[in-house]
Amino acid sequence: MILVWLIVIPFVGGLLCWQIERLGDKPTRWIALVTMLVELLISLWLWAQYDFHLPALDGSTTQWALEFRVVWIERFGIDFHLAMDGLSLVLIALTSFLGALAVLCSWNEIVRRIGFFHLNLLWILTGVVGVFLAIDLFLFFFFWELMLVPMYFLIALWGHSGSKGKTRIGAAIKFFIYTQASGLLMLVSILGLVFAHHANTGVYSFSYEVLLETTLSPTLSTWLMLGFFIAFAVKLPVVPLHGWLPDAHAQAPTAGSVDLAGILLKTAAYGMMRFALPLFPEASQAFAPIAMGLGLLGIYYGAVLACGQQNVKRFIAYTSIAHMGFVLIGIYSGSLLALQGVIVLMLAHAFSAAGLFVLSGQLYERLHTREMDKMGGLWGRLGSLPGFWLFFIAASLGIPLTANFVGEFMVLFGTFPTAPWVVVIASFGLVLAAIYSLILMQRVHYGPPRSDTPLKGLDAREFAMMLSIVVLLIWLGIYPQPLLDTTEAAMGEVQRVFEISGAPERGVDAGPGAAITLMPEAR
Amino acid sequence: MPVAVLIAYLPIILVAATAIAVMLGIAWRREHAVTVAASVLGLGLALIAQVFAWRVIPVHTPLLDFDGLALLAGILILASTLVCAILAHGYLESFHGAREEFYVLLLCAAAGGLVLVASRHLASLFIGLELLSMPLYGMLAYAYHEPRSLEAGIKYLILSAAASAFLLFGMALLYAQTGELRIDVLMASLDSHTGIWGLAGVGLMLVGLGFKLSVVPFHLWTPDVYEGGPGPAATFLATASKVAVFALLLRLMLSTPVAQGDWLRAVFTGLALASMLIGNLLALTQSNLKRILGYSSIAHFGYLLIVLVVADGLAAETGGVYLITYVLSTLAAFGVVILISSTISGEDAAALHHYRGLFWRRPYLTAVLTVAMLSLAGIPATVGFIGKFYLIALGVEGQRWWLVGGIILGSAIGLYYYLRVTITLFMAEPGMHRRDASDDWGSRAGGLVVLAVAGLVILLGVYPAPMIELARALGGITIR
Repeated sequence: MILVWLIVIPFVGGLLCWQIERLGDKPTRWIALVTMLVELLISLWLWAQYDFHLPALDGSTTQWALEFRVVWIERFGIDFHLAMDGLSLVLIALTSFLGALAVLCSWNEIVRRIGFFHLNLLWILTGVVGVFLAIDLFLFFFFWELMLVPMYFLIALWGHSGSKGKTRIGAAIKFFIYTQASGLLMLVSILGLVFAHHANTGVYSFSYEVLLETTLSPTLSTWLMLGFFIAFAVKLPVVPLHGWLPDAHAQAPTAGSVDLAGILLKTAAYGMMRFALPLFPEASQAFAPIAMGLGLLGIYYGAVLACGQQNVKRFIAYTSIAHMGFVLIGIYSGSLLALQGVIVLMLAHAFSAAGLFVLSGQLYERLHTREMDKMGGLWGRLGSLPGFWLFFIAASLGIPLTANFVGEFMVLFGTFPTAPWVVVIASFGLVLAAIYSLILMQRVHYGPPRSDTPLKGLDAREFAMMLSIVVLLIWLGIYPQPLLDTTEAAMGEVQRVFEISGAPERGVDAGPGAAITLMPEAR
Repeated sequence: MPVAVLIAYLPIILVAATAIAVMLGIAWRREHAVTVAASVLGLGLALIAQVFAWRVIPVHTPLLDFDGLALLAGILILASTLVCAILAHGYLESFHGAREEFYVLLLCAAAGGLVLVASRHLASLFIGLELLSMPLYGMLAYAYHEPRSLEAGIKYLILSAAASAFLLFGMALLYAQTGELRIDVLMASLDSHTGIWGLAGVGLMLVGLGFKLSVVPFHLWTPDVYEGGPGPAATFLATASKVAVFALLLRLMLSTPVAQGDWLRAVFTGLALASMLIGNLLALTQSNLKRILGYSSIAHFGYLLIVLVVADGLAAETGGVYLITYVLSTLAAFGVVILISSTISGEDAAALHHYRGLFWRRPYLTAVLTVAMLSLAGIPATVGFIGKFYLIALGVEGQRWWLVGGIILGSAIGLYYYLRVTITLFMAEPGMHRRDASDDWGSRAGGLVVLAVAGLVILLGVYPAPMIELARALGGITIR
């Protein structure tokens, strides 16, 4: 039942914010903040309360720490089925932390229609928490699409219109169409899987655990896997499908960017690890070289394009693409070490990108521009802000002591046995990361100052926000073991599925003899 | 006459009787409110009778066949007519001229729709279709002092008459070929030996029915008629009229033996792809909400044609579910347009700039329109998603990958204009030209009905089990 509360609390909080607006700004903001803090406290309490390193059973039944299930649409065997393991717990804690951060960073930025703003903000988090908890494929898709709508409003209504005809509404619609169309491909894949299962057994079911057992012919499995992969690849984003990301980030308000980079991108990686790999292990195994190639492409593409950006937020958006390249490589490497590294890297990227976006929001509040050629020489005029900026840039290029270093190191180290050349090439991407990070720092904060008048430094709220992220990044960079313990069971499960599929005996089992077409009786 | 037959006929009898009673009442004394009350009462009773008729189906009579599909379509027709009547009350309040005749026309058209969905004979088919279409000419041109309304009425009149001629010619050819007028026997006798005249007959009938459904390439009238016609008339056209024609086509296809329908299926596949793509593409550049809804309905019937292509397995259930979702979403969208247009006479407030910033003046009304748009776009938590889910499931089950691809592409294109409408509602600009609903819209019958429809869109979107059970139970009782 506590899982339902995790979804209901931000939902109701959003409604409250909308109605409370008539009492004034402050109560609205406080309600949003308290909602997110309660969510965070619940997830921390769950972390302390339950044991998340349960050993995976040798069967394929997944061990959930918490589960909630009621029948929803009986006709198709659809359940309202939520479940939590270490992976979802970590991501939900991240979601609620960044949610609180998003509320805090819009404290002064958003001044119009505050109630509706917080409604959308909290409903995004509702959808994301739902995505992390849903174990029924229909329910997963439901939340997956649902979180788009408030995000769309957030960008379209409170965003900033850029220059050269790049409007916030255009960016929002682009974001929505990219993700919705690819989502429908996933729906087709889900239905293909369900009907294949129905053809085998005569039972409709959307349950994750049931569908894991479905036997598929290799061709069908490949097609269905591609449907899932494309949906997740758009959201991650993987390079040929990334077109929406720079625009959405550049046009979104700070809170929207924090949510996009910190949470929404993570739903894609989560989806790959939770659904795409376990449901189609053989096909994913065969697809892994292509996926890793795309990851490499992303690393270089993101890094090179980042160097040429003038808009700070577009810059950070392109570096996100590069970081997600590492995540993609780690996911498809099939080694436990790399998968664990993916988790660390996801958290690290969420914190460092969110930190950078919040900082650029704070810069905007002071300078009213995001163009780098209007900045320069800010060091010394802004109090402690450039210091934080330097820290997050160092984190994002993967300096030891920060979580980013741990994550990238684990991903590369874990991938090396399976794909050494990929690791070699990806490592050169790290050099590019150093280059673009330093370019960003140089252009914004060093060089000749435009004027000598000091700007307003960080106030207590801003300082506390930044400090909390710094502490988390360093903590994960020095002592990531508690995190790794929490997700080990879940990641071990993914890795086991992936490994078995590569072993020869399963190849015989699932050979042409056992292949079952989707609908044998269909014309 | 057995009691069961009487019960099955009761809804049609009630609607027809109400139409006559209202007509006589108008001749005696003109009272708008009383006329509305009588119409609503008659329609409500007919709706209840329709639900009771569930107990007795299937019922066969020489001209009409009451099966599950006819019953479900009848419920939808009656419900949407009821909503139209209630919305027309507020809409016509500010109308200069005779108001009461609108309800006579509305009731006649509803009776025609009920006959059409139950017809098993070409004669009843034609009577039903004409009884459905004729009053629509009058309804669309009801605000005849508005040029656009008159234009819409005449446009519909001419094209509809042409379509009827095609239909009749097709029927004649089929009769010449087979010597049959009973639809099920007729369809069954269309085998591979059917000559060129028989095929031509089916083709001509398809043209006639395709016009009423406004699938591409018979769609040219739709946006103009939607735009020009008074709100309630356009609403009836978009919901009840289209539901009736589609239900008829579905019965035709379900009664066609599978092996003989292959070329027909190919034709429907082509029509479906053309409708969903062209309908959505043409809507992109529109700046008038009613025109957008017109193009959107073209696209939606393109999606729905998949049901006719597959016509097997989940098809009848999918058709039922999708019709319910389409009717609910369309009623909600048109309901808001009508409420906004109700305050002053003249052309309907349908241009998108009338809706700019509506949210900051009428948050709940905007919520209704937002929900309707999202539902038409097929976003989860609205009933439209369940419909789209069913259609894609049907396409995957029948392995019609082209059509599935078409739905995905069409939805992606469609999102663009649905979202554009939605975001317009939330953007405020000072000093702009405004149209607004009356202040007490929420406490008037029309407002309450629109809110209830929007509530159903959300409720059935989150918990669709009752709707699925209904469609399944009724879709199953189909006469083969």
